[in-house]
Amino acid sequence: MNIHALRESTYNGLWKQNTGLAQLLGLCPILAISTNLVNAVSLGLATVLVMALVNFVIASLRRFIPYEIRIPVFVLIIAALVTVVDLAFNAFFHDLYLMLGIFIPLIVTNCIVLARVEAYAVKNKVIDSTVDGLMMGLGLVWVLALLGGLREFFGTGTLFAGIEMIFPKLSALHILGEDYPGFLLAVLPPGAFFALGAMIAAYNAINARAARKP
Amino acid sequence: MNTDTEARALEAARPPEPPSATRGALRASGILAAYALVFTALMSFAHQMTLPRILASIQETRMRLIDEVLPRTTYDNELLDDGVSVTGAAVSRVWRARLGNKPAALVFETSAPDGYGGRIELVVALNIDGSVSGARVTAHHETPGLGDYIDPKKDGDKKTPWITQFTGVQTATLTPAQWTTSKDGGVFAYRAGATISARAVTRAIGAALSWAGAHREALFAAPADARLDAEGNWQP
Repeated sequence: MNIHALRESTYNGLWKQNTGLAQLLGLCPILAISTNLVNAVSLGLATVLVMALVNFVIASLRRFIPYEIRIPVFVLIIAALVTVVDLAFNAFFHDLYLMLGIFIPLIVTNCIVLARVEAYAVKNKVIDSTVDGLMMGLGLVWVLALLGGLREFFGTGTLFAGIEMIFPKLSALHILGEDYPGFLLAVLPPGAFFALGAMIAAYNAINARAARKP
Repeated sequence: MNTDTEARALEAARPPEPPSATRGALRASGILAAYALVFTALMSFAHQMTLPRILASIQETRMRLIDEVLPRTTYDNELLDDGVSVTGAAVSRVWRARLGNKPAALVFETSAPDGYGGRIELVVALNIDGSVSGARVTAHHETPGLGDYIDPKKDGDKKTPWITQFTGVQTATLTPAQWTTSKDGGVFAYRAGATISARAVTRAIGAALSWAGAHREALFAAPADARLDAEGNWQP
């Protein structure tokens, strides 16, 4: 993989074709799980792992997947790899697994995974494809982190609530104090739509400003 | 964006038609079956590798919950190895806590089917003297910030979380009709704005305690891993 392709993959994944802000794919987990930072980043990282693995495996096998049955084979491979990630979460981050619940297996149905396979991994080299999956996933992670962080901060006045599920020695930061009454709207699903809407508006504004400059 | 060019590129990459449709279909299904076999083997391998760890995590999580409703000092047996399952009654699994081989307390799983967001899973402990040792919500889908005070981790009142009002209640002093919120003529508190969650939890705890109390002797007499029916009769 050359530097140019790496830069393009990075720019596409993190900004230009960002899953959360530009392609608006996989909104169900984005909105449902982003009630706090730890949940959001954890699901984001699980998605990164799945996307990198899936793109790696499918790019490696791409010569052995007949065109006519490529979609069933893709779905089969994605489902199997998600199951492996699901089992790994269950075994090593059990509390987090209980918290994320159905959303780890639901990565199977996240159309961004199948979309990257069909649009990229099936016709590109193994390393390029893996990097593409990684970058697309990381684009989702930073959007999820920002969304989860904003909702948690305004909703409950904390950050990193639940971090002890991953690092037992750490604990949540009570930024706005223990007595913060909470802002319910931010935690409820409508708050997710408002926050994501604001983020998309900011994203478009930045792009528009960049386009105006010569 | 460039889906047209992508589609055309895919079209161009398409291999020539196989000689006969039947042969093509057979070849494709053979390949699909091979993929299914390989990836099922991968899943099976991952399952085998993670199973012991997952079972240990489940036990650990369960033990941590039980510790919240029943202090370890009140019993000395291997609690999780001394369980029975119940079908058709208000409780589903029961563990018998014994101190020096004498019955000390019952810990049981129950659930409220009528929460605002669906089923609410609970674990409750009943001391042998008829008092409630504690109750906890283990899984729920109540509205964040409204009904989720039934879970002490989400309860805004950190000093006396709502669920702790059940601790120490003497079951013999209450009639079944009193096992609901004060709004419905019961004796238990609820929080304004989210009555349904509190009502569901309170009634479920009441029903489970009443069944467990009534079948206490059968529950302690049954051998470990026995299955009990709603009348308390057991088969090994």
